[in-house]
Amino acid sequence: MYWNPYFGGFLLGLIIIFTFYLTGRGLGASGAMKSSVVAIVDGVAPTHAQNNAYYSLFLSDEDTPLNTWLVFEALGILIGAFISGGLAGRIRWRVQHSPKISSKRRLAFALGGGLLFGLGAQIARGCTSGAALSGMAVLSVGGFITMLAIFGSAYAVAYFFRKNWI
Amino acid sequence: MGPIIPNGLIPIEWDSIIAIFIGICFGFVLESSGFSSSRKLAGVFYGYDFAVLKVFFTAAVVSVIGIYYMDYLGYLHIEQLYIHPTFLWGAIIGGVIMGVGFVAGGFCPGTSLCAVAIGKLDAWVYVLGIMLGVLLFSELFTFFEPIYDGYFLGNITLMDSFGWNPYWVIFIFSIIAIVAFAVANVVRKRVKKVFY
Repeated sequence: MYWNPYFGGFLLGLIIIFTFYLTGRGLGASGAMKSSVVAIVDGVAPTHAQNNAYYSLFLSDEDTPLNTWLVFEALGILIGAFISGGLAGRIRWRVQHSPKISSKRRLAFALGGGLLFGLGAQIARGCTSGAALSGMAVLSVGGFITMLAIFGSAYAVAYFFRKNWI
Repeated sequence: MGPIIPNGLIPIEWDSIIAIFIGICFGFVLESSGFSSSRKLAGVFYGYDFAVLKVFFTAAVVSVIGIYYMDYLGYLHIEQLYIHPTFLWGAIIGGVIMGVGFVAGGFCPGTSLCAVAIGKLDAWVYVLGIMLGVLLFSELFTFFEPIYDGYFLGNITLMDSFGWNPYWVIFIFSIIAIVAFAVANVVRKRVKKVFY
């Protein structure tokens, strides 16, 4: 029901080449969520955002923090995944989890996992897409280190989360 | 001569349109490869499904070969591309934290967006978690700043650090990927099947 992984990987590689060829930069995903947070905080508490050394990096007087390449790209990801899922008949509301755990547990771990990923992606200045994949495509040292750290740590702690998955 | 937009060959106004178009392709490929399923993604850590390894490394090998080949043929100047900067401890500590988040939540940011698009509520919660993580980082920025800004080694590549020939690096990287695929197939046959 899903594509052959090598076929998917090959097409993804072509997309990365095309992205670098057109824009000179790679793909990303967590950047759009960072921009959303900056925009929300700036909307709710503008003085607080301007006084914060991190939010203020992404604020300007002329423009909203949402007008970035990665935000438009992330909107595209949602559209593209919606088309693919729609064509394959995979669209429906549900919580996906192992039959051995409750949906409540799944959601709690999803929230905690997301929080850690969001935090780590800020520290490393990028996630699996922006730092690891797009970094490795141009042989960036940081890209390789982040990739090794993500997968190394995930394998190291996988044992403790096994009940959620197997 | 690429990169096309920085060199002014396509007007900058097209930038956002191109971003959406590239995003659509990216999201379509990820979702079609099964990356909207956390249980499929997590398989790579337990040996029952290696789609992440195969898609991720195939993409990395194809892109690095393609980019260097286009540079060799003169269609693209590698020096003009954005090299992800190396903040040594930021990359390590951030990566380690992301790894724990990956196993706990079953997604990374890009794959969670795909799952959000097809109605996985766990992915909606995961994205909320990511935003809380960003908020936490930003509010505690003074605490994280030393690792965020420190240990900066520049926008360096493996060639800058080790003086290796890029073509050998890419060749060996490709061999490592193929060996990893073979090992993954052996492991998957020995691990108990998980149905999802």
